[in-house]
Amino acid sequence: MVKIVKCALAAVLASLPAAAFAAWELNMPVGVTELSRRIHALHMLILWVCVVIAIAVFGVMIYSIVKFRRSQGAVPANFDHSTRAEIVWTVIPIVILVAMAVPAAATLVRIEDTRNSDLTVQVTGYQWRWHYKYLDRNVEFFSSLARESDAARQLGSGVDPKTVKNYLLDVDHPLVVPAGKKVRILLTAGDVIHAWWVPAFGMKKDAIPGFVNEMWFRADQVGIYRGQCAELCGRDHGFMPVVVDVRSQEDFDSWLKTQQDAIKTATAAE
Amino acid sequence: MTTTSSIAHHQPADPVREHHEDELHDDHGPEKGWRRWVFATNHKDIGTMYLLFSLLMFFIGGTMAMVIRAELFKPGLQLVDPMFFNSMTSMHALIMIFGAVMPAFVGLANWMIPLQVGAPDMALPRMNNFSFWILPFAFTLLLGTLFVPGGAPAGGWTMYPPLVLQTGNAFPMLIFAVHLMGASSIMGAINVIVTIMNMRAPGMSLLKMPMFVWSWLITAYLLIAVMPVLAGAVTMLLTDHYFKTTFFEAAGGGDPVMFQHIFWFFGHPEVYIMILPSFGIVSEIIPTFSRKKLFGYDSMVYAIASIAFLSFIVWAHHMFTVGMPLAGQLFFMLATMLIAVPTGVKVFNWTATMFKGSLSFEPPMLFALSFLFLFTIGGFSGLMLAIVPADFQYHDTYFVVAHFHYVLVPGAVFGIMAGVYYWLPKWTGHMYDMKLAKWHFWLSTIFVNVLFFPQHFLGLAGMPRRIPDYNTQFADWNMVSSIGAFGFGLSQLLFAYLIFSSIRGRANASDKVWDDATPHGLEWTLSSPPPYHSFETAPELK
Repeated sequence: MVKIVKCALAAVLASLPAAAFAAWELNMPVGVTELSRRIHALHMLILWVCVVIAIAVFGVMIYSIVKFRRSQGAVPANFDHSTRAEIVWTVIPIVILVAMAVPAAATLVRIEDTRNSDLTVQVTGYQWRWHYKYLDRNVEFFSSLARESDAARQLGSGVDPKTVKNYLLDVDHPLVVPAGKKVRILLTAGDVIHAWWVPAFGMKKDAIPGFVNEMWFRADQVGIYRGQCAELCGRDHGFMPVVVDVRSQEDFDSWLKTQQDAIKTATAAE
Repeated sequence: MTTTSSIAHHQPADPVREHHEDELHDDHGPEKGWRRWVFATNHKDIGTMYLLFSLLMFFIGGTMAMVIRAELFKPGLQLVDPMFFNSMTSMHALIMIFGAVMPAFVGLANWMIPLQVGAPDMALPRMNNFSFWILPFAFTLLLGTLFVPGGAPAGGWTMYPPLVLQTGNAFPMLIFAVHLMGASSIMGAINVIVTIMNMRAPGMSLLKMPMFVWSWLITAYLLIAVMPVLAGAVTMLLTDHYFKTTFFEAAGGGDPVMFQHIFWFFGHPEVYIMILPSFGIVSEIIPTFSRKKLFGYDSMVYAIASIAFLSFIVWAHHMFTVGMPLAGQLFFMLATMLIAVPTGVKVFNWTATMFKGSLSFEPPMLFALSFLFLFTIGGFSGLMLAIVPADFQYHDTYFVVAHFHYVLVPGAVFGIMAGVYYWLPKWTGHMYDMKLAKWHFWLSTIFVNVLFFPQHFLGLAGMPRRIPDYNTQFADWNMVSSIGAFGFGLSQLLFAYLIFSSIRGRANASDKVWDDATPHGLEWTLSSPPPYHSFETAPELK
């Protein structure tokens, strides 16, 4: 009985991220890394600050529109400035801005700290696919839009995208990384500028030809996380998804070994 | 201080000769037929051409937006090739920015600055003619790219290399079109500055100028400062493409990101070029229909000046994801957040102007109010985008698309529409159909929100911008947004109809037009429509 409840609970929990991405979604979903949760918290903070200011400012506007109507016989006052009021509404915003800048700066410092990583993957953007290379692990491969999505997305294909699983967000070979480990991503590009983005990791960064950019993430939960190229890169910019398969350390190790063996066999056969 | 010397030529040195000249002017009306427009030197004729040109471009750019929203109506590709889709997004932006919004402001400047400062015309009428007539050539080049091999530019209006270098035969046409637009804008800006600095009526010191004139004076300086920067950036693209230079190519020691820095050094002041004159228009309209003086005139002027200054030191907030040093990111974040302060001052002052006023809701006031609410929403999302870590999520998503359309459509464009509804009866001498204009207002305001508000949700949920197709999770809000787009687009036909029916004649407008609101300003002391040479003798300000 307990087992069944546990299973049901697990099923519900597993479907939660899916539900968070469901249609009519209004807000940024909470991600699966420490940075993405910090970023989400910042987003919510500033959103609420804006909402409170909006209620105050729009409140006064609406009050004025309703209360001081000429059709209701309103007679105009004749003041046209108030130094005290103007100082107040210059200083208060400055205070609010400083209060927001402090946590933002702290998070930024954390984001930029790419030291002590456990695994480094070099990601290269091409028109229109990604190349992943595990540095010092001797594994590399391309990652392109999955065939089913590619067939369905052709102009006038007649395929209903709703029948395609993970339409436009599925690839042939996802990036596989271990959970709970600091993964450093080195970004560059082979032709034009691309940007590598997985919303659940909270970050995107440009991949620029001739330059190397750095970013990092540490995914807490095993799972498959999907994103897309986020910098216009030509005709098929909308069709180069990013898919990251986060596995447990053991699963990752065995996956890596299989890959390395396959490569060894391939080179031996040549 | 400049006023006393600048009005010297208005003082008749020799009364007899002056009188003689006046007589010569009496039968010097507009030329007949096409010559009136091709050889136009009159500020009103040129202003009219600018405004009609802008209206035409608004509909061409709008048609492209309809293509975009039709393709995005549901997931899957139904209508256009992805390459053509990219051309539509790029061309829509270029046409709306350089063809619709900027010429509309120059048209308003041409019409209103001489009327508001009490001058007979713009200071440099022949350059005025030139700066307008460059535009049809620039846009013939730009629109011509739709018909050349390789298709229209598809690398985005931001023209980032290396992608833009993959453009086909359209590439040089794009570059030269941008050069022409820049030359036109610079000449327009010079004309505005010279007119304002030299032709103000006696007694109109700088801090007595109408807010619209102030906003344009500052805008004109921004234009002169940044349009040459854009010209330089695109010229470097041209030489990279044809003359083997490597300004933006890493293999030759260049840097593609350098283009982005140069482009946004132009691009950020450019976004204020597209909003400051609307600030000015709204600052004219709200006091009139609140029957109360503008609250905090001086701080309004200083706020515009501060915004203009800050616009030069925030450019890199458009490119937080390119990989900047931490110190750089912090600087651009803080500088950007600082802009919220003068912008807040403006919003608070407009609100304080309405507070304890006596408000009525004619079409110009309705559009100004819509501007006030919806521009503020665009300001809030702008503040959110300034927070660098959050921007790492928002950047290049529909959240950004929602943000800049909120400041540009219900911001800049509603400001222009408010101005047109405010001054159109003054220009044509005819009142427009007030009831229909209110219909235009309500349809525009409702549909603009149906169109752009859901795009915030799409961006937060993770939809990148500039994609022709999307995962089914984004389907619902995209359909809502597209419905809003079609409604908004169709509503604008009313705007065109109202303008042309007012030109062709309806009930006559009085000199003050808005008699029961008693608007202030020199333009209302003239007849509707104003005489051909506006102020033949300079009015005296008390």
